[in-house]
Amino acid sequence: MSARLRSAVPAALILPGFLLVAGLFVWPVAQLVATSFGDRAGALVHYVKIFTEPTYLRVVGRTLLLSAQTAMLCVLLGYPLAYQLNRAGGIGKAVILVCILIPFWTNLLVRTYGWIILLNPQGVINGVLRQLGLIEGAVPLVYNTTGVLIGMTQIMLPYMVLPLAAVMSRLDPAVMRAARSLGASPAQAFLKVYVPLTLPGVLGGFLLVFMLSLGFFVVPAILGGPRDLLLAQLIEFNINQTLNWPFAAALSTVLLAATVTLYWIGDRFFGLGRLWGAR
Amino acid sequence: MTKGLGNGILSGATGLLCLFLIMPTLIVAPISFTQTDFITFPPRGFSGRWYEAFFERPEWYGSLITSTMVAVVTTLLATLLGSMIALGLARLPRRANRLVSFFFLLPMIVPTIITAAALYSPFAKLGLVATVPGLVLAHTILALPFVVINVSAVAQSMDWRMVNAARSLGATPLVAFLRVTLPVLAPGIAAGAIFAFLTSFDEVVVALFVSGSGATTLPVQMWSGIRFEISPIVAAASCLLLVVSCLLLALFWFLKRK
Repeated sequence: MSARLRSAVPAALILPGFLLVAGLFVWPVAQLVATSFGDRAGALVHYVKIFTEPTYLRVVGRTLLLSAQTAMLCVLLGYPLAYQLNRAGGIGKAVILVCILIPFWTNLLVRTYGWIILLNPQGVINGVLRQLGLIEGAVPLVYNTTGVLIGMTQIMLPYMVLPLAAVMSRLDPAVMRAARSLGASPAQAFLKVYVPLTLPGVLGGFLLVFMLSLGFFVVPAILGGPRDLLLAQLIEFNINQTLNWPFAAALSTVLLAATVTLYWIGDRFFGLGRLWGAR
Repeated sequence: MTKGLGNGILSGATGLLCLFLIMPTLIVAPISFTQTDFITFPPRGFSGRWYEAFFERPEWYGSLITSTMVAVVTTLLATLLGSMIALGLARLPRRANRLVSFFFLLPMIVPTIITAAALYSPFAKLGLVATVPGLVLAHTILALPFVVINVSAVAQSMDWRMVNAARSLGATPLVAFLRVTLPVLAPGIAAGAIFAFLTSFDEVVVALFVSGSGATTLPVQMWSGIRFEISPIVAAASCLLLVVSCLLLALFWFLKRK
């Protein structure tokens, strides 16, 4: 095989997929971004609207806050779970893994519907609380921010736990033994050695969950109330209800810029691309 | 003493977390066998009437057929194209590899709501809205990154000298590919295919935009079911999806262990 022919092989293998993704994904997304700047009244009118009108600023703020809260909850719940997953052996490990992977592989709508069954005023959790005599009536757990936060945290938790457990499993146990033999108490060894060494995994997981949460549509739309509109829902609303494409395009561009920036940071500093692949 | 207490707390917390993760997933199973017209817990009676309803109402079983069809064709297309891309990537120099990989990961990074919005007008122009081919193309784009990741993982760690050895021993390029390269890559290709199927079978957002009365997928039907229908038929559909997911997960584990 000649050298020229040899270098043509990878190109020929990649080309069909490249044409598909370039033509039916990258080009349309670029068109969408272009639409957002194409208004006769000025290129930036829609952006000025997003970042000055309180209604839209609130949606942006709420989206950022909810994503940060989800990511924070995932860190708090995910760290002990990843720790235990990494430490447990045999049946214990298998049980934890099944509890993480079955939901992770199950349709989002199934889990969201499951949360409605559990959280609604006539639902399982309110029923149990009433039976125990702890409450009268019902605690509002769904169709509000609480519901969105519960649902999002459960759906995002595997994205935190699996990469974090992988980071923990690569940690050499001898390091902890060394800390102990040098006189550190178990708590000191954990706080001063284990936590700092697993911190990149925590930050990477936080960024991944935060980034994925920003663009979430299905869960907030079903579990949230009419007052909890998020960015993705606002985009959908402007396309399907008010048919305001340029404004929807501007909102999409803001979301896109935020997502790609976060991915770039995450991949550059925490190897986000590799973390994501770990199922 | 304190150590035992600490371990006890940690085990208790782990149990609660496992419950938190698995409960909303498994709760659909008992609900789907209820006799009542609405969701009650604990479910009253035991009947398969909601499964009967699922397979009698064309909007439900029809959407299952559409989803299966779209997912199967998407799997074939994405697995073929994705494996070719991964094979090409393995022969590229490092820098080019990183750049091209990033390009093919984009559909996974970009939020699906943006993909859905972006695809709408080109699909309308091409007459692809509310058609099975339209759904297949959209889902192939979304599934491609998962195939590329899984096949690349195997292709990067493969010892390509094996192929050279086969060639020097007289195998034609085709024979070397079929009998050396392909068997080595097979686990990665199979894993990629499973992810591609699941990506398509479970996808809601893009399907909400590009499907219509001509082609409705099961997730889209469930979406309207959850929002506009209270009957436990959604629970029956959920339980069917749960079974499919568990089977695919078991298959994935089986392949991984081999």
